Amino acid sequence: MASGPVATDGAEPTVVVDDLHVVYRVYGAGGDKGTAATALMRVVKRQRRPSVREVHAIRGISFVINHGDAVGIIGRNGSGKSTLLQAIAGLLPPEQGCVYTSGQAALLGVNAALLDDLTGERNVVLGCLAMGMTPQETKDRYQSIVDFSGVGNFIDYPMRTYSTGMAQRLRFSIASAKNHEILMIDEALATGDANFRAKSHERIVELRGEAGTVFLVAHNLAEIEASCNRVIWLEKGKIMRQGYDVPAIIDAYLEATGGEPRKRDKPDQNEHGATA
Amino acid sequence: MRERARDQGGPGTLTDDLVIPEIDVSALPAEPLAELAARYQLRPSAARAGLFAYARQLWERRHFIMGFATARNVAMYTEARLGQLWQVLTPLLNAAVYYLIFGIILDTSRGVPKFLPFLITGIFVFNFTQRAFITTSRVMPDSLPLIRALPFPRACLPIGYVLIELEQLGMALVVLTIIVLASGEPLTWYWLLAIPAFLLQAVFNVGMGLFLARLGAGADDFSQLMPFVVRTWMYASGVMFSIQTISTLRHHPTITYLLQINPAAVYISLVRNAILLSQRESWPGSKPYSAANCALYHTGHEKYVLYSAYCHGTVSMNGLWLWGIGWAIVAVIVGFVFFWQAETRYGRG
Repeated sequence: MASGPVATDGAEPTVVVDDLHVVYRVYGAGGDKGTAATALMRVVKRQRRPSVREVHAIRGISFVINHGDAVGIIGRNGSGKSTLLQAIAGLLPPEQGCVYTSGQAALLGVNAALLDDLTGERNVVLGCLAMGMTPQETKDRYQSIVDFSGVGNFIDYPMRTYSTGMAQRLRFSIASAKNHEILMIDEALATGDANFRAKSHERIVELRGEAGTVFLVAHNLAEIEASCNRVIWLEKGKIMRQGYDVPAIIDAYLEATGGEPRKRDKPDQNEHGATA
Repeated sequence: MRERARDQGGPGTLTDDLVIPEIDVSALPAEPLAELAARYQLRPSAARAGLFAYARQLWERRHFIMGFATARNVAMYTEARLGQLWQVLTPLLNAAVYYLIFGIILDTSRGVPKFLPFLITGIFVFNFTQRAFITTSRVMPDSLPLIRALPFPRACLPIGYVLIELEQLGMALVVLTIIVLASGEPLTWYWLLAIPAFLLQAVFNVGMGLFLARLGAGADDFSQLMPFVVRTWMYASGVMFSIQTISTLRHHPTITYLLQINPAAVYISLVRNAILLSQRESWPGSKPYSAANCALYHTGHEKYVLYSAYCHGTVSMNGLWLWGIGWAIVAVIVGFVFFWQAETRYGRG
């Protein structure tokens, strides 16, 4: 990659987030009686539509991630974890500030909705093509994707008939079919069954070997502690704490949010639990 | 920057408080982050490719666009019992309704030789543009989950939607061919001219579709308004009457001219002249002007229905092709650039 001068600590940045702010709009939020009369009054008074809320989800975050880092992102529901990943992937535009990356970041997420009224088969093909594979590559990978997802005969059914777990398995299989330089995993495994979780964990480790940098969002803190060497704790769209001392930050997080303290068999994890 | 509502307690904000420390500057490198990023040749993740690079990316995703269009087409009628048969039934029913109203009840057929194929050609050609306009003005909000999940050039979506309509048109054209031949129009080499006419129309639709997709991405009001705009446009484009020969427009040459060069009327006329001999023969200006013969046409007598060819024409048949090419090129350039300018903002909703 870059052959420029080396940073002070000898690391090579792959993701630089510089004072990032993200705002997105939510439609259909409450706050209106919803009649034509109230709508007319609003237009007359030149008010903004209350049913459109702008959510300031990320409010000024800066950090530098280096090659080989596995970054866990923790925080309560609604603290901006998924939004941050979408912004790094370039899917949500920054309102202010900037995200710099060394390549296209791939996001494996729960919400990676594909086309629900199409069959699983079509979704596999379209997903691969959308990720930029050629038709030939798609054809070559097709069977392994279907096998990995384990949806079996359901592959011929529309995706809206899938259970949550099945849909998620298929999405994960599609998204992980390609090797990515920067890989972001957003709770992608939360609803899979035990068998699939084991399989997908292996696949993630494999992908991490190929990817330079990995981000992991999970509410399962054991997973983060096992596979990350660095952690960022988000609260209300800002960084609460971040650093390489993963167990200490996780303990502080648990204390602040009223969770049970984690029990650890071994006194400390090594820095790269990633090599498991 | 836009004015923004302050903390409103919407989703994404928590109510109970943890004290968030000030940004810990010591964790960050001393140099400005933008410079650091530049030094390691990192690029903004939400950066927009240059215009030509973008066009190239789009070309690389052509298989995705095609696959997307085909898949959508297949899925469109899965909930209906008659399934794909609706691809044919919809245009047929459309034709039946318009024939009932305009051919029989309102009788706008005066002065048009072979009104049925004239009307149905107009409806099918216009329907292509109409459906492309309405669907592309909704494509960005409808595809928001896909946009927020996968990175790809967003122009794939409106282009894919226009291709869906093009495939639907293919089915409608089979119906059209049968009706036109059954009504006694001959099959001639001129029919081949319909192909470039439809291609020009498709290019025009892609350009306008890109334009409308960006407008529709901003406010939903726009897509609500779209059906009315399109319907008004239909009545002004000579779908169910002949712009050049209708008696109410006879003494308004400027209006006739403006209506005749509007893109919808241009593409409809091009297709009609290609597949309908009766239209080609009666096209005003296609024969040397003859005041006597033109007057005979205006008597409205059935026998002289083709004599409109001896009247003054507003746009020649060659002129129509030039207008058709011009509209397509202008639309696709303006639409593409306009859509591309907002490329990174479609994910915001």
